[in-house]
Amino acid sequence: MNKNITMPRKHSALQLVGLLFSTIGLLVFLAALFGYNFTDKFLWLTFSLLAVFLGIVLVSIHTNLILPGVISQHGMYYRSLSNRGVLGWIVGIVLSVFYIVLYWFPESLGFYGNTQPNSGFVALFDPLSYFFKNEPASQWFMYGSLYTLLILAFGIRYLFRYKHNRYQIFRTLAVMAAQLFLAFLIPEILEGLNSKDAYYARDIKFFWPLNHYFFEPWHLNNMVSGGSMGMVFLIWGIFGFLVIVPLLTYFWGKRWYCSWVCGCGALAETAGDYFRHLSDKRVFAWQIERILIHGVLLVITVVTGVVLYGYFSNAQTFLGLSIYTYFSKPYGFLIGSVFAGVVGVGFYPFMGSRVWCRFGCPLAAYMGIIQRFFSRYRITTNGGQCMSCGNCSTYCEMGIDVRAYAQKGQNIVRASCVGCGICSEVCPRGVLKLENGSLYERIKSTID
Amino acid sequence: MGKHIVIIGNGISGITAARHIRKLSDYAITVISSETHHFYSRPALMYLFMGDMTFENLKPYEDGFWKKNKITLVRDHVQAIDTLQKQLILSETSPIHYDELIIATGSLSNKFGWPGQDLEGVCGFYSMQDLEYIEKHVPRMNRAVIVGGGLIGIELAEMLLTRHKNITFLVRENAYWSNVLPLEESEMINDLVRSHHIDLKLKVELKSIQGDEHGHVQSVETSTGEILPCEFVGLTAGVRPNIEFVKNTPIETDRGILVDEFLETNIPGIYAIGDCVQHRKAPPLRRPVEQVWYTGRMMGETVAHSICGSKKAYNPGIWFNSAKFFDLEYQTYGRVLPEPAPEEAVFFWKHPEMLMSLRLVFNKSTYNLLGVNVFGIRLRQEVCQKWIQTKTHIAEVIDHFHEANFDPEFFNRHETRIKLAFKEFYSNIR
Ligand SMILES: Cc1cc2nc3c(=O)[nH]c(=O)nc-3n(C[C@H](O)[C@H](O)[C@H](O)COP(=O)(O)OP(=O)(O)OC[C@H]3O[C@@H](n4cnc5c(N)ncnc54)[C@H](O)[C@@H]3O)c2cc1C
Ligand code: SF4
Ligand code: SF4
Repeated sequence: MNKNITMPRKHSALQLVGLLFSTIGLLVFLAALFGYNFTDKFLWLTFSLLAVFLGIVLVSIHTNLILPGVISQHGMYYRSLSNRGVLGWIVGIVLSVFYIVLYWFPESLGFYGNTQPNSGFVALFDPLSYFFKNEPASQWFMYGSLYTLLILAFGIRYLFRYKHNRYQIFRTLAVMAAQLFLAFLIPEILEGLNSKDAYYARDIKFFWPLNHYFFEPWHLNNMVSGGSMGMVFLIWGIFGFLVIVPLLTYFWGKRWYCSWVCGCGALAETAGDYFRHLSDKRVFAWQIERILIHGVLLVITVVTGVVLYGYFSNAQTFLGLSIYTYFSKPYGFLIGSVFAGVVGVGFYPFMGSRVWCRFGCPLAAYMGIIQRFFSRYRITTNGGQCMSCGNCSTYCEMGIDVRAYAQKGQNIVRASCVGCGICSEVCPRGVLKLENGSLYERIKSTID
Repeated sequence: MGKHIVIIGNGISGITAARHIRKLSDYAITVISSETHHFYSRPALMYLFMGDMTFENLKPYEDGFWKKNKITLVRDHVQAIDTLQKQLILSETSPIHYDELIIATGSLSNKFGWPGQDLEGVCGFYSMQDLEYIEKHVPRMNRAVIVGGGLIGIELAEMLLTRHKNITFLVRENAYWSNVLPLEESEMINDLVRSHHIDLKLKVELKSIQGDEHGHVQSVETSTGEILPCEFVGLTAGVRPNIEFVKNTPIETDRGILVDEFLETNIPGIYAIGDCVQHRKAPPLRRPVEQVWYTGRMMGETVAHSICGSKKAYNPGIWFNSAKFFDLEYQTYGRVLPEPAPEEAVFFWKHPEMLMSLRLVFNKSTYNLLGVNVFGIRLRQEVCQKWIQTKTHIAEVIDHFHEANFDPEFFNRHETRIKLAFKEFYSNIR
């Protein structure tokens, strides 16, 4: 019945101003994209970033702060954007195209490597890049800045929206701070301070195997040649994935990473909040998920093993196959770019906000195994209160059929749960609670 | 193999019965129901209307579940039961024979013979068809009048608010749901309802409904003589067991279908479960007719055992229930009466600013906990029930109150305030 229903929304003056701001900001982006050369780039960049940011914040202030009560999820299935309508398709296609261009045709964005000066859209970000590290922007710098901006703006929206829920507030502040400081500011500043060092990932939470190039020879070499700072990052990276990740996952489940600090998670939780219900809940999807995500973990482990073999034995080939052409490159292309980028974000409006996290991310797979078998984290079910309404399953971005457990009075212990806490938030009967506790009787059932 | 079990009604009770019979046996199972082909969650109808979910989301089991578990679904209406021939007369298809029968037909919305109750634009809110009917009337609706201050009425009000309708809410009692809630809580809900700009009229009843020349509702007249123009009337003055078609059979009924503790009717091999049931002997501290979701589920499980030869008496344990009024969550455990019984005393705490309250009912002389009402805080069912079951002293309950908290992590906790308030209260009554 829902396709024909529209849920009228009264727009306030504040919201219209917000929409206007965002539109103007986007128009500046578009003008730059189509080659308009702004003379005062600093001014126009500041202006457009601020306009987009303020626009998003203003729209959400109204819907989520001024109206009485909690807005919750009403109308999600009536809106074009969040119900795979025309708007949803437009956004999905624009995002996917953006990622394709970003990865493979950066020159259309105005970035030509080091061969000629930036123009167009990337050039717009030159002033910010000069500010941090005294060099022109790259397409990745532009992307990182925009990404951070979106997380901050939609993060503020999220804070308004879930203002009554302190778990959501703390989690969102953490994820916003992690993106702003750990993923953006600190690495850029460090790069600026050590501008002579070659590039290596300076985001301290970007662990292997999510960072699939960590053990690539060039990356190892850059870290080794990066002085004591490089060595710190090298040791931290190995220690992190061997000790910190399993330890924290044992105590708090993978949520400490996926919905508290991770950058992919940050975008999914903030900007992706419109789309979380579009995840597929069928058992069939769960089967695909298990094959895919563990497959990716296996592949990156093999690829990394081969790469390290090559590194230490100084070989370019493995079993007669070029390591770069047959191992590193296809993984980077298929998983790192197509899966994590184009599908991972571009498909938000079609498949929900966690496509990558659910089906692809090898770090999530690794933590998921720990979470499933050896972690204090679980979602507890409150006795027989569940009335099988389905809100929890619908809004689980990981496509977990939470209801299937809750209606049996069974705790939810699932490898894929990122601990976003939304199932607990939307449950109208207060049935679900994210908890850490003893491993004894972690999966118990009170009903049948 | 052997027996053919037929279940009328694919609600929570009928479906739970089917699932458990399948777990316990390989009998042939047929579920006949007329409302929808597949089982869905009735309490979630409001979320379908408000656009939180689609119908797919309302179904607790995937469509393939039924075939996989060899449960035959028939979408048809049962006209009559022939208890001699052991067969059901259906509207569309030929009669179906049963060896054992489970009646799980749920409830119907009450209509008290108001003049005009059958006009176009007047309906109850119980089924999918009701929801479609309401949806059909949304476009021409400006003001809706909702009659009856219970849980379904307030849900309907919340639903129509999301479509920006003006709402008048007629409540017979002096405060919302005050035949169940104590006055303090009732009044809290009154304020909440009014804060959503709903015109709440207390101590006002519906007298009649007037239509225009096309038979569409035009206005209602209230017991105070006021005429309220409106385009829609929602009749939500409670539900009653849906047993019309059972009444001219030898199956004994009163308000509901009468059953024993194994949920069998007076006719051997015919059982009844869920909303349509009246217990001949109500379980301890429970009422004979209890029309809630989980009792239907529990009866479904019990009846499966009765049928599969592992009989156990229906034992729903300590009463509990929960609901949500707009954003305000409510839970109750044990016995909380609108007015305390003579042997009862009450500790009541209300947050000074927020919508939040706690009521603990206990025995005046032994001080053991009898019931809990809580608004705005989530409590752990297991802990509350254990306290009531083991007759825990009220002071000990307060001492350990944090153990019952079920709010999400990092939520503001209120135990300290509650403990302080209790200390003062307790020193006064001792
Ligand atoms: C709007 C609403 C909100 C509610 N919210 C809550 C809540 O939050 N918590 C709670 O505990 N309870 C709630 N309830 C009550 C709860 O839904 C019922 O207690 C429960 O659904 C009863 O289940 P049942 O299986 O006994 O009957 P039903 O769910 O009514 O199922 C009976 C089915 O049998 C079919 N049927 C009837 N007669 C025939 C026939 N002759 N032939 C074929 N089919 C037939 C009916 O069409 C119906 O589909 C709510 C009820 C409503 C209406
Ligand atoms: S199960 Fe709940 S906490 Fe876990 S991912 Fe799904 S919605 Fe989030
Ligand atoms: S949202 Fe709550 S009541 Fe609804 S199915 Fe999930 S756990 Fe049950």
